[in-house]
Parts: sequence; C-alpha cells; structure tokens
Amino acid sequence: MEDLSPLLSVRNLKAYFHLDEGVVKAVDGVTFDVHAGQVLGIVGESGCGKSVTMKAVLRILESPGRIDGGEILWNRQGSKQNGSTVEETVNLTQLNPHGREMRAIRGGEIALIPQEPMSAFSPVHTIGDQLIEAIRLHRPAGKREARQIAIDLLRDVGIPMPEQRLSAYSWQLSGGLRQRAIIAMALSCNPRLLIADEPTTAVDVTTQAQVLRLLRELQAQRNAAIIFITHDLGVIAQMADYVVVMYLGLVMEQGPVDDIFHAPKHPYTQALLRSIPSINSTPREELPTISGSIPHPFNKPRGCPFHPRCQQAIQGRCDQRTPALQAVGGQQLVSCFLYHDVERSS
Amino acid sequence: MTNLPVLTPTPLLEVKHLRKYFPIQTGGLRRKVVGQVRAVDDVSFFINEGETLGLVGESGCGKTTASRCVLRAYTPTSGEMLFRNADDSLVDLALLSRRGLRPIRSQIQMIFQDPYGSLNPRMTLFDIVGEPLLMNGMKDRRQRTERVAELLHLVGLRPEFLQRFPHAFSGGQRQRIGIARALASTPRLVVADEPVSALDVSVQAQILNLLLELQNRLNLTYLFVAHNLSVVKHICDRVTVMYVGKIVETAETQELFRAPKHPYTAALLLAVPVADPRVKSGDVELKGDVPSPANPPSGCYFHPRCPFAIDRCKTEPPVYREITPGHFVSCHRADELQLEGVAV
Ligand SMILES: Nc1ncnc2c1ncn2[C@@H]1O[C@H](COP(=O)(O)OP(=O)(O)O)[C@@H](O)[C@H]1O
Ligand SMILES: Nc1ncnc2c1ncn2[C@@H]1O[C@H](COP(=O)(O)OP(=O)(O)O)[C@@H](O)[C@H]1O
Ligand code: SF4
Ligand SMILES: [Mg+2]
Ligand SMILES: [Mg+2]
Repeated sequence: MEDLSPLLSVRNLKAYFHLDEGVVKAVDGVTFDVHAGQVLGIVGESGCGKSVTMKAVLRILESPGRIDGGEILWNRQGSKQNGSTVEETVNLTQLNPHGREMRAIRGGEIALIPQEPMSAFSPVHTIGDQLIEAIRLHRPAGKREARQIAIDLLRDVGIPMPEQRLSAYSWQLSGGLRQRAIIAMALSCNPRLLIADEPTTAVDVTTQAQVLRLLRELQAQRNAAIIFITHDLGVIAQMADYVVVMYLGLVMEQGPVDDIFHAPKHPYTQALLRSIPSINSTPREELPTISGSIPHPFNKPRGCPFHPRCQQAIQGRCDQRTPALQAVGGQQLVSCFLYHDVERSS
Repeated sequence: MTNLPVLTPTPLLEVKHLRKYFPIQTGGLRRKVVGQVRAVDDVSFFINEGETLGLVGESGCGKTTASRCVLRAYTPTSGEMLFRNADDSLVDLALLSRRGLRPIRSQIQMIFQDPYGSLNPRMTLFDIVGEPLLMNGMKDRRQRTERVAELLHLVGLRPEFLQRFPHAFSGGQRQRIGIARALASTPRLVVADEPVSALDVSVQAQILNLLLELQNRLNLTYLFVAHNLSVVKHICDRVTVMYVGKIVETAETQELFRAPKHPYTAALLLAVPVADPRVKSGDVELKGDVPSPANPPSGCYFHPRCPFAIDRCKTEPPVYREITPGHFVSCHRADELQLEGVAV
C-alpha cells in the first residue's frame, strides 16, 4: 500500500536552543518517515520536542533555536512544462528558510495547523481576505476564482453559510468553527503533508470528536499525509496509522499503531500506557505510576534519558550510554538496551 | 428479626435549586444591565460523607461557578446549600455572612487546577502550608513546623524542602503542595477543580492515587470537577453531568457510564477517544456548538443538537427527575430511549 520512498524523511535531526545559561537540546537526534496517505502520530509529554521538531521541518524555528544536525528530506513532485511530473528529494535543512523554494514548500506543500489557535489568523483581517491571500500565494488564481475556492474550502470543512463567513473575523467564531477555519486555511494550497500540532488540545471533547472526524474525512478524500501531534494517547490510538513516541528530545519507540498499543516494547511506552486511567478500567484501583518527573532540559540525564525513571534500567549500561533506535522485529523500532546493545553515535 | 438500624448515607452537602447569574453590562460610563449569563441555573445535587461526586461537562457549562458558590467565593443568586456540621447540625452556606462563614471555611477547602498560578511565588513551602495553620490559631512556630512536616509527609513531599520556593518544584510536586495546604485546616469537604488537567500524563496518575489514598485515610468528601471522563470514571462514586448551566443527568458512576439516560451524556461518552486502536471511539453525531448561557435555546437546552429531539423538546423544558433509584435525568424521552454506554 505504501510506496517505497517516503514523502518526508527526518534523519537524526538535532535542533538546539543556544541560551546564555546553556544549550537546550530540545530535539537531539530524531528519526522518522512519513509516507503518502499515512497518518503519523507523534506522542509525548509536554517539552519532549514535538513542536520544535515540526518547526524545524517547516524551517520556522525561532532564534536562538537552530538546526544543529541531521537531514530533513522532502520528496518534491513538480510538473514540468511538457506535462510530465518530476520527483526530486530536497534536504530542507540546506535551504534558506526565507528563500523562494522553502516558501513554496512551506504552506504550499507542507501546511501547519498550529498549536495556538489564535496564531493562525490575524485578528484585524477577515477570514475571507486571509484565505484568498493564502490561496493566491500558492496558486495562479484570480481574485474571483480564489474567492470561490475559499467558499468551497469553508464548505468542505463543514462551516455553515460559507459565503457569509468570509467577512467574519476569527474572534467572532466559536471554538469549533474557528478550528475548522484554521483547517480550511491549512488546506488552502492543497498540501501533500498536513502537520497538526495538538489541534484539539484547547477544545472540548465533542468539538474534538468533530475535528478528528473532519481530519479523517479530508485525509481519505485528498490522500494527503498527516503528522498528528498530541500528548493524548486516546487521540493517537484513534487517529494514527503509525506512532512515534518521544521523550526528552529523542524517539523512544516507533511502530504501527496496533503494535504500540498492544505490544509496546519500550519501558516508557509501557509505563505511559499503564498509568492512564481508561474509560474501561476498574474504578478507584491504584494506578501504576512512573516515578519522579520529567527532568528540566538543562538537567538531562546521561545515558538513556528515561533511565532515572525506568524500573528495568541496567546499571552501568543505561546510565552510561545512550541506546540507538533499532529495528526489533516487524516494523517496530526501539531505543532500549533491553532489546539490543547498539549505542547511539553522536 | 433484630432491629438493625438502616444505614442510609447522610449528605454532607445538599445543594438545592442553586442559581448564579452574572449581569451582562454595556460598556461605557453609564453601565446598564442588558441581560444575564445564567452560569448556574437551578442546580440540585447532594454529596454523601466520604464519597466523591464528579461534576463534568464541557467548558462554560458552569462547573467552576457552581463549585465557587459552594466555597462561597461567589454569593449565589438564589438557592440553598445545606452543609452538615460535625455535630450533625445543618447550616445553609448560601445565607452565611462573612463572619458566619469563618468557622466553616476551614471545613471546606479547594484544590486548584493550575499548580503554577495558585501558589504565591514569594512564599516558602513552610509559609504556604503553614499559613492556614497560623490563621486557625496555631501561633507556636515549633508546633507549626511539626504539623507542616506531617502534612508534607502525608502528600509525599520530603520535609527538607521547607525553605524552598514554588518555582523549585515540578508541576506534580506543586500540586502536592496545594493539596497539603488544603489539608492543613483538616477540611471535611474538598472541592477539586480540574486538579490533574494541567499535569503531564505520567504525573496525573501519581496525583490521582494520592487523592484516593488521602480520601481513605482521612475520610474526605470530594467534589471533583473535571472534563476528562476517564479520570472521572476512575475516581468518582457518582457523577453529575452539566450542560449550559443545568444538570442533565446524575447517577452512580458505573450506571452512568454503562447505561446513560440523557442523549448528551451518551454523546459525551462516545466522543472520548479510547487509548486502544481496536476500540473504535472518539466519534460523535452532535451537530453545531454548545449554546451560550447568556442566550440559551427554548425548551430543552440540548434540543438543537439532540439526535432524538421531538417537537415537545423545542418548547417544553424537561423536568429533572429520578427515573430509577439514584438515577436522575432531565429528558422528555429518558424512559423510552435505548442509549449506548461504554463497557465497564
Ligand atoms: N524559544 C525557546 N527557547 C528556549 N527553549 C525552548 C524554546 N522553545 C522550546 N524550547 C524548549 O525545547 C523543548 C521542547 O519544546 P517543544 O518542542 O515545544 O515541546 P512539546 O513536545 O511540548 O511541543 C522544551 O524543553 C522547551 O523548553
Ligand atoms: N465572573 C463572571 N462574569 C460573567 N460571566 C461569567 C463569570 N464567570 C463565569 N462566567 C460565565 O459563566 C459560564 C460558566 O462558566 P464556568 O463556571 O467557568 O464554566 P466551566 O467551569 O464549566 O468551564 C460561562 O459562560 C462563563 O463565560
Ligand atoms: S429532552 Fe428532547 S432534546 Fe432534550 S435531550 Fe431529551 S430527547 Fe433530546
Ligand atoms: Mg508543543
Ligand atoms: Mg472551570
């Protein structure tokens, strides 16, 4: 089903913040692939580097953050003048973040649904003006044509009376409608990859359900790939085909969604899944917990980042060396010395 | 047959027809009241001693307003809030003056959602937890130090931390500090407003376990406000569901999850995405958005979104009634509808 070459291939990506107090290694060697038509879920607790990874991919990392290593390989599909399509792979880390090519990719081929819903729209321009501008930025469309595309987009994402909404401001919309308008904005240029960064964290559960359904439908219709970022294991289980579990700037484990939830290998994934109360679990029973808390980014432990909280840590190994992300049967990859002895090369 | 006394649980708190309206004012110099936000609108519930009542519903449905009325951080617009003193006498919290409230304050305490905003950053751990002791007349510093150490131990914090400031602690530790402070005055009723919502997943379980353990040890009664249904299911004995300022359903937890009687409750349950890809969930048929309590719909407030609405629902507000023992619901069609719950 999946074609062989991935749409996006992130290889050993490092993104650091160089502060006066020291270096925050927010993303410290992250590797994953996204294939066309796939929903890739990235899950991890706050501060593990999910948003920074995506900002690096889109080349919108704010200073003092910068990419300090690795590759971001994006498969470009262009059409030549004679009508044939060409495929080329560009390494986004090598592009000028403000240059023409990166601007064409960002928004045009890869679109973002940002974590802060208010940041998607300017409060002083109407939704219509902003949508039409975004459409015309990436497609050769006249004003009237762009307006029609905008109306169709709003209708596609389930906004009633789309013509009227064009003249509304984002702050006039309810939470649910605003979330839909943001999705319409992200879709305005027909992206091949949609990055949704915690798109439902700020909304209620029934609105969340509506947004998740909408994303699933759009994905099926357009065959776009989605990177879906969340800290909610329930949302990941329902949305993702393939899951990447992050902790402290590193990938702990990745694999098909069913394996991650039914045969988790990494002690962090296992502990995380055990510790959440489930709507189907026994009430008032003591929940298994993960001891301690997430370390401060300046105080990252040596060795495996999870070892101080890991019940199976091997002394002299896990606290000294950092395990590499290795395939362990099937399509699952794990960074853990319980499964292999390969150390991460820096 | 011997005459064994029938043990009926006694409510520690009984709230009857509670209303809290906020005026909507025009801007400008001469403010005029142009309407009312019916944040809490005729809400009735009780909490038995030693149990946990969950108050759930989507944001803006009035959970925080209702709990702030119980704490008397707000004076209700109308209604009764009968609280049972340790000597079994009843007092209506709604009628108490500032002075009359003073002896009650120590008995009803609050745990906040935001462990960052709710602790004074300039106070040490000793002062934060010791302040309520001082206010309750424990003047002797040595005695206070001992009691603070005891409270810290109770919530799983090390006593060496006494002179540290809140910023030195992680989110989970701060929530423990907030709990220790709430427990300092040996309350009987604890109101917890979204106590784990701001915490990381791996820390939530620690705090939930702590709350359950403290309840068992200290016979605490909880009013537990939350929007996360999995958390509510885990921790609550009974659950009350609110929608636009009104209660739509109350039942024992298992019953509510297994056999919801109100279409809104059923929709909420279906909307929760289960952390298992083999259990299809997180989908919902509800159209539209939650209406505003400043301008609620006619009849049943849920009728514009309800898949089961009939003509009667558009005009006649349903009565909140007990349809089976302990199961209360406010829906015209509660008796006939067969709604789907979740496996429990
Ligand atoms: N602008 C910034 N300056 C310094 N540190 C940052 C900045 N943005 C993010 N970080 C740090 O990078 C780490 C990862 O952040 P982020 O990717 O936002 O986490 P999340 O997984 O919650 O999205 C965190 O430790 C965070 O404190
Ligand atoms: N101080 C206030 N003044 C005016 N309106 C308020 C005030 N506090 C809350 N509200 C309104 O009352 C309703 C209920 O709010 P709240 O009790 O905070 O809901 P919840 O805690 O369930 O999210 C909302 O519509 C909110 O906007
Ligand atoms: S009263 Fe009518 S509209 Fe309201 S929940 Fe019941 S069936 Fe739906
Ligand atoms: Mg983030
Ligand atoms: Mg609230």
